[in-house]
Order: sequence, then C-alpha cells, then structure tokens
Amino acid sequence: MRVNSAAHVRIGWLAGRFVSAATVVWLAATFTFLVQCLMPGDRAQIIINMASGNVGEASPAELAAVNAKYGFDQPLVLQYGKYIWGILHGDLGLSYQQHRPVLDIIAEQIGPTIILAVAALIAAWVIAVLTTVLVAGQDNMWSTLLSGIQVFLATVPPYWLATILLVVFAVQLRIVPVIGGNSPIGLVLPTIALALELSGFLGQIVRSEFTRVLEQPFVISARARGMGELGVRFRHVLRHAALPGITLSGWAIGKLLSGAILIEAVFARQGLGGVLVAATSSRDVPVVSGAILISAGLFTVTNMLVDLTYRFVDPRIKMT
Amino acid sequence: MRGVSFSLQAGRCLAIVGGSGSGKSVTSRAIVGLAGRRAHVHARQLTFAGTDLTALDDRSWRRVRGKEIGFVLQDALVALDPLRPVGKEIGEALRLHRAVASSEELERRVVALLELVGVPEAAVKARQLPHQLSGGQRQRAVIAAALALDPRILIADEPTTALDVTVQAQVLGLLEETKLRGKALLLISHDLAVVSRIADEVLVMHEGKVVEHGSADQVFQDPQHTYTRQLLDAVPSARPRGSRRSLLPAARPARPPLRSQEQSPSTFPSVVLSAAHLVKRFKGPDGVLRTAVDGISFELRSGETLGVVGESGSGKSTMARLALALDPPDEGAVLFQGRAWTTLTERDRRARRRAISVIYQDPLSSFDPRWSVGHIISDSLASDVESRDERYERVVELLDLVGLSPALLDRRPLELSGGQRQRVAIARAIAPRPAVIVCDEPVSALDVLIQAQVLDLLTDLKAHLNMSYVFISHDLGVIRQLSDRVMVMRQGRVVETGTRDEIFLNPRTDYTQRLLAAVPSLARGGVANRSFSRV
Amino acid sequence: MSRVGDWSACSQLIEASAILRRIPLRVHVALIVIGFFIVAAIAPSLLQTHDPLAIDLTAPLQAPSFAHWFGTDQSGRDIYSRIVEGAGQSLTIGLGATALSIGIGLVFGIIAGLVGGAFDHVLSRLLDVLFALPTLFLALLFVCLFGPSVLTLVIAVGVGTAPGYARMIRGQVLSVKGAPYVEAAKALGHPYPRILWRHIIPNAMSPLTAMMTLGVGQAIVWAAGVAFLGLGVAPPAPEWGALLNAGRNYVIFAWWLEIMPGIAVVSFALGLTVVGRYLQDLLEGKI
Repeated sequence: MRVNSAAHVRIGWLAGRFVSAATVVWLAATFTFLVQCLMPGDRAQIIINMASGNVGEASPAELAAVNAKYGFDQPLVLQYGKYIWGILHGDLGLSYQQHRPVLDIIAEQIGPTIILAVAALIAAWVIAVLTTVLVAGQDNMWSTLLSGIQVFLATVPPYWLATILLVVFAVQLRIVPVIGGNSPIGLVLPTIALALELSGFLGQIVRSEFTRVLEQPFVISARARGMGELGVRFRHVLRHAALPGITLSGWAIGKLLSGAILIEAVFARQGLGGVLVAATSSRDVPVVSGAILISAGLFTVTNMLVDLTYRFVDPRIKMT
Repeated sequence: MRGVSFSLQAGRCLAIVGGSGSGKSVTSRAIVGLAGRRAHVHARQLTFAGTDLTALDDRSWRRVRGKEIGFVLQDALVALDPLRPVGKEIGEALRLHRAVASSEELERRVVALLELVGVPEAAVKARQLPHQLSGGQRQRAVIAAALALDPRILIADEPTTALDVTVQAQVLGLLEETKLRGKALLLISHDLAVVSRIADEVLVMHEGKVVEHGSADQVFQDPQHTYTRQLLDAVPSARPRGSRRSLLPAARPARPPLRSQEQSPSTFPSVVLSAAHLVKRFKGPDGVLRTAVDGISFELRSGETLGVVGESGSGKSTMARLALALDPPDEGAVLFQGRAWTTLTERDRRARRRAISVIYQDPLSSFDPRWSVGHIISDSLASDVESRDERYERVVELLDLVGLSPALLDRRPLELSGGQRQRVAIARAIAPRPAVIVCDEPVSALDVLIQAQVLDLLTDLKAHLNMSYVFISHDLGVIRQLSDRVMVMRQGRVVETGTRDEIFLNPRTDYTQRLLAAVPSLARGGVANRSFSRV
Repeated sequence: MSRVGDWSACSQLIEASAILRRIPLRVHVALIVIGFFIVAAIAPSLLQTHDPLAIDLTAPLQAPSFAHWFGTDQSGRDIYSRIVEGAGQSLTIGLGATALSIGIGLVFGIIAGLVGGAFDHVLSRLLDVLFALPTLFLALLFVCLFGPSVLTLVIAVGVGTAPGYARMIRGQVLSVKGAPYVEAAKALGHPYPRILWRHIIPNAMSPLTAMMTLGVGQAIVWAAGVAFLGLGVAPPAPEWGALLNAGRNYVIFAWWLEIMPGIAVVSFALGLTVVGRYLQDLLEGKI
C-alpha cells in the first residue's frame, strides 16, 4: 500500500512537471510567433527578395502568391492557431530561404550540437569535481591558484579560448586534426573549449559549497569516527557540494547550446551553428525561431532531468 | 586555549565548563586531533592508555578515533549527515574499522545500538533520514554512533544544548548509564546544571585558560575563582525576585525616569492586554492544517510580568505574534488597553503600535543591517520628538539607560557583541515609551553571564518605566526569576496558570510537575536551594 | 540628528580611507585596467599611437613591435589603436545591455516579489520562458529581425540576460520582505510605504552594484560573440567582437590579430569580475 501511494505521488509529480514544461514551450512558441509578426517590413517582400537575390518592389501578384503560400493573408488569430497546431504535429513552418520544413533543416544538423553540449557538460563536471575534491578546503597555494583559474575560465569567452586551443594543439603541436569532422577525436578540442568555461562556473559553486560543508559538524563526526580524508570528501562532502552544481546544470544547458554555436564556428564543425548563422544573415526568421523553440524544449527536458537527479541525490525533498 | 591539563579515568566523568569562546570545544577536539587546520596543538603530554597521541601519524590517529575515543558533537541536527539514513551513519564506524563481517551483521549491530540508546522502532528509524527523527532520537543516534565500537572514552560536546528539558533529562540519564558501564566520560557544557548532574570532576575554563579544577562537590560548594562564582551566581535561580544576578550596578537613569504612560492608571482598567480563546492554524508544507495556538486566554495587568513557559512547539511564539497583532487570530480576539486590537485594520492599529513593543531572541536579524545603532533607535522614537537635537539627546539617553556608551551610535549591528545587540534591541523597544513589551526568548541566545546582566536590566527598566512584560522563555529558571504570574503552555494550549509560587512550589497538573522534575538542579550541599533549569 | 549625522560623515571618511588601504592588490590592478578602458572609450585619441582606420599597405600583418605594440592587420592598420578605438562601442553595448536587463529585471523582480500570489506565479512563468531561450539564440533572432547594429546588440543581450537579474531581484525582495527587521518596523507602527522605501527596496537592491559590475563584462562577451559570428556591427567599425571575427581568418599565421583583441575583452571582463566580486564580499560583510 505504501509503495503504491509513493508511486502515485511520483506519477503526480511527473505529471505536474510535464504540464509546467509544456506551458513553458507553449509560451515560447507564442513568443516566437509574435516575434515573426513583429518583423519590420513586409514578409512576403523579404521572401521574394531572398529568392531573387536582389532588392526591389515585387508585383502584387507575386506578393499575393507568397502570402497565400505562407498563409500571411489570414487573420492573425488563425495564423497563431495554425502555428501552434503545427508545432503539436511537429511542423515548425517553412524556411523562407530553403523553402523546406524548418524541422527537417534543424533535425539534420542538431545531432552534433547536442552531442557537443552533453560532452561538454560531462567534461565540465569531471573537471570541477576532480579539482574540487583534490584541492578545496586546503589552506595552500593550490587552493588559491584553483580559485583564480576558475574565475578566469568563467570570464574568458569560450570562442576565443577555442581559437587559441585550435592554434596551439591542432596547428602548432598537431596533436589533433584541425578539421576533425564528427569523429570522436575531432570532438576533443571543441568539448574542452566549451567545457572549460562551464567548469569555471560550476567549479566556483561546487568549491564554495564544498569548503562550507567541510566544516560542518557531521563531517567532524565522520572524522571522529576514524574516517580518512578521501573518504570524508567523497562519501560525505561531495554529495552535498554537488547539489548547487546540479541546479546550475539545468541553467547551463542554454549556455552550452549558445556556446556550442560559437565553438562550431571556430572549428568549422557540422551542427546547428552553421544553419543559424546562415539563417540569421539571410533573415530566415522561421529557422531561427524554430531553433529557439527546439532549444527551449531541450531546456525544459534537461531541467526535468536535473530535478529528478536532485531528488535522487537529496532524499529530503518530497515529490510535491 | 593554552595550558590545559587533566586526566580521565574509566567510569568517571570530567566536565569542562565555560562560556562561549572559552576554548572548551577546541580542547575536546584537540584530544581527538581535529582542532582544525589553522589550530596549532602543542601538548607536552597527551597519552591514551600509555600511547603517546602527539606522536601519532594520520593513519594511526584514525585507528584511535571511533575505536578508542567516541565523539558526540553538539547540535544533533547537523552532527549526522542529513542526506544519509541514520543507520548508515551509525554503521560507518563499524565498517571503517572492519568490525563486522557481513552487511546483515552490520544491520543487526546498528539496530542493537539504537535499541541500546533507547530509540523506539530501531529497525525503522535506522532507515530514516536524520530530519525524520525527533531531536531527542537524533541525539541518541549520535551517541549510538559514538558508542558503536565500544570505545573506552566518550567525549560529549554540549550533548543536550538544543533539547527540551524532558528530553534533556533522558539523554543525561543515558550518558550517566554509559559512565556507570565503565566508560570515561568527558563532558563539555556551558550549563552548570547539566554538569552538576553527572560530573565527578569539573574544570572551569575562561578565555582559553583553566581557572578552576577540582571535584564537582568542591567546585560547586566552595568555588575559589571569581569567574566560577560569577557563573554560579548568574544562573537564574529561585532566589527572591528582584535579587541581582550580575555583578554590574543597576541601570540608573541620569535623569528622572521617563514616564511610560501619559495616562493615569485610572483611564483604563488595570488589565492592559487580554486575550480570549485565541486560535491560530497554519498550513504545513504537506498542506495539512496544524493548530499552533488552540483556545488560549490570558490577562496581563498593568505593571505585571506574565511568564509564558513551554517546550518547543508549544505555540509560545505564535501567541506572541497574535498578541502583537502581527498575525491575525483565526478565532478569538486580543484587547489592548481595554480596546479592540486584533480586530482593527492595520491602519487603525498603527498609531497605537508604539504602546506595545517586542524584543526578539535574535536581535541581529531584527535590525536593518545597513543602519547604525543611532539610526535604529532614533527610528523607533515617538514621532512627537521633532527636532534633531532632541532626538539625538533622547537616543543618547536611551543608550545610557540600557548601559551602552554613546560611542556605539555609529556602529552597525554586525559590529556589536551579542549582549550589546540585545541591549540595543531593548533601547529600541523602550524608545516609544510602551505600556507593554513582549519579550520572545530574549536571553536564550546569550551566554549565562550576559544573560544575567540582560535579565537584571529588564527588571530595572520595568520598575523605572512602569511597563508590563509578556515574557516568553523555555527556561524555567529565567521564568521563575522574572515572573509575577506564570502560564505553562503545551501543544498550543494553556496547561496551567497561576502565580509564580503556585506554579513552582505547588504545581497542580502532571505536566508542570514533570517539567519541574526533569529540570537538572544543582542539588548538592550548600547550593541545594538553587534549583534552576531550562525547558 | 545633525550631530549623529556629522559623526557618521566623519567616521565614514575615516572608514573609507581605512578600507582603501585594506583593498587587495588584485582589485587595484583591476581598477587600473577598467580605468584604462574607460579613458579609451571616452577619449580614444589620448591613448592611440596610430590612426585606427589608416590603411598602410606597406606594413600588413606585422608582428607586435615597438612601432606597432600589438602588430598590424592585413591592411596594415595598428591593432592596438583599433582596440582602443573599439572600446567605446564595446563599452556602450556592455553598459547599455546591462542597464536594459537590470531595468527589466527590476520591474519584473520588484513587482513579482511585492505583489506575490497569482500575479507572481504568472510573472515567474514568463521569466522561466525567457530563461529557457538561450541568450545567443535570442540575440541572433533579434539580429535576424532588426539587422545588425549597436542598438540591436544592446536589446538582444539585454533581453537575453534580463531573466537572471529578475530572478535574483525577486528572490531578494522576497527574502527581505520576510526579514525580521521588516516585521520589527511594522511592530513599531511604521506605515507600509515607509517600510518599503526605507527597508525593503534598499536592502533588496544592495547586491545590484556587484551584479552590475559582473554583468557588464558578461554582456560584452556575449555581444562580442555575436560579432564573432560575423553578425555584429558592420566593419570597419573596430568593435572588439568584429576584431575577433576579422582575426579568425588569419589566426594560423598572424596570431596577434586574434589574441590581442581577445586579451582586451578578457582583461576588461576579468577586471570587472574582480571588482564585482570584491564589492559582493564587501556588501555581504565578508570583509
């Protein structure tokens, strides 16, 4: 009976989370829709210019044809309804430039970007945890140095760092290929470049919590029980220190996606970056909006995972 | 701390006593080699059963810790890892020192340990997290963890500080039991009553030095050092009301006492504050309504101190907030100065708020951190004090009244000591010349010497300024010292009301009798009549 | 309380000078760096060694030397002078974006925190939505809609970073609103507007200075990121991000084109971070 009710609570909690995630995505869709309507200038005109490659007044017949194709001649409420209905069916609209479904364009390219972001998240955690466990709370030069490096990493633009890494390791030292494509070895430098910035943020938060928890009475209790330094750090303190870091990871996914776009540009990697840059410079709003919507979806999914992880690490929190 | 020496024997209890910052906790930690990274421990001799502990390396130290010396930390809420089940924490020492062969044996040993320290439903509790246990159970679990490997020495650092008096009595009983089973017990405490109950030998520390060392009887009956005597005198006691506990002179206003009430007593009946059938419910985090205050009625007469005593969760503080009309009651009403009070709108109440003040347990958080002492007190002055010079003079006068120098005017609350902060809070409370002050645990966070001074100050001010107090405390000794009448609360209800002597000398209800009985007292020889306690 | 006032003014002076002496070296260095860039932004000609736009085809892609401290670019323009020239635009974007995002954050945060209830719930949801949109994506959307310009970058970065401030301020307002000293003021009979004005708002705002300092650096890094993708302010304006973008193509054989503007961005952002964190510690009473 008790197990059953606990399961109920969990399902209820998940359902609640799902509804709020759906709300966020719906509001984000509303936002991107409004933004498309707000676009200065006549949209049909822009599409025609884009296709012909020159700027000039299009004939009313041409405009009407484009308006009909994209549905711009319908009332806004209807357009909005169709937009949301389309999203529910996996239709993010047509690209102005490529005249193909936005979803197809993004789906083709987003894989490597997600792989890069996830790899960087994992790498950032590994870097942050290792440096913290080994160095934090010690009153010595290493600790000061680490905190300095973390502040530095959190401030340095990752794209600039990526360029330096590229020149040093790929061009000068030839340790990794300059253009790695999508091979695992080609993932190394971009991942490090992207992870270092996050590891700075993450490291600062984990380290300060780690240092605080290290002085807590239950840690002294553990030591008084005869537990060694590493045992104390891994078994007791790390779990506490990880909590704020886990919360941060949910927020970090947006930052990682942004960073991934820039890193892809540096390494000329395949991914969403190329699509977005091309779409932005050609004013292909549906593609940019679609990318935003999809990243909002990714963000909410990640945050649900983060919440689950948090509850797993901190059993005090009830599923409410 | 420096120059501390003592020896511990099996089956005996040595107590280290002192105020905060006296170095008693550092001493206890130094014994297990955990004084902290920045501490330098020099010991001419630190031996345990013949082994020289100062010569131990880290690895050997770890073999001593837990196995030979058990350590019970203060504040059980954080002495156990809040993210791990209680059983895991208790079993950790067994696992670390490889004292068990299998996980089944580990579980059995853990449950047996919890049963040994008297935790009910031990098998269930072992799987729960620390916050799911009551305060007493947690403290017992901490003791169980320290006893896991049957160490020869048990060090207990303030083991009962955060506990209610009835629970405290049980935990002390448990510690006494372990002593009787042949453990050497080192007890660290600021509470002389706790110490007097189980210590065989007492060491008094002050500012890092040992000021007195002797058998318990000797220290309590014939204290040699003035600091020890001050400590003993400062303990809230059963001495006649109005006797002073601190050695400081009474607060004497430089000018004639400020009249607190412009009205003559005849303008309102002698009852200043009265409550009828107050009920307050709160919604818990689980969404269930909990009744915090359940049908309370009381009367506070002019010039009187009404002591409100109860264990944690008895609804004392909620009642204080209702009396101050900071929260509206769900049922019942409070009348203030014979007129409607809680039923008014905040707008109508505002002008009369100055006639009722409040002093909190934690003064620091009740001050705006950006404001200076002068600003804080000036802010609470009656608005009829118009000119800046007049305000300044009033503020200096008030500081003088609470025994603070005008040099503190520009200090910020963070820069003050605990005692100074509470004095500023008192100055702020009396500044608008109130008829009533609600004091919610005003001395609970203070060291015993400072506590005595603040209690004296409150007593003096009441006489000078003709005020009434609602004085809330968990400490029966403090209540007994200050109150004219006493109200005993439990689980949101009034258990018993009566004059001070009725309650303390002739309690009618079981609960009050149990409370008074649970109070550890200095019942030794010459100080037998100095019974005192904390709830 | 004139006399109290005089005393506090006097003691504040003494306090200030004492604090000045206690400021750690890294903060001094950071202040000098920030000062340098502020001068560069206001009066670039004071610090320049060459005309930032002067093309010298006889000296393209020269490595750093005495003549050209940070080297020259493909057209022989002096990189150092271009960085100094670009400070104005970069700082404008950083300050503008931060001002905008803090403005939005203040309005949202204070209203949500003060009003509470369903209103707070709705505003918080809206903030969640803005939070879910990656800053750079949002910035690209704005560039896509309004074309690349300084104003677009200010709005894009400002809107993108606003939810962070709003959340912080809301949390701050909520925590101050529930603080015992606010209740103590209520118990003294002070009217709510007075409590709001004298306790809640000043205390809720206290971390803002530090946050702003940290924010300007981050805003500059974001804006430079957009420019780095080639979507920033049109050349030949030597905005830092544009310099970084231009340097990308030459990085293999003329590293200074990429490294030097990067050092400018990093040193300025780092300077602001150091000062911001120091202010944070100072305001939290840790020092």
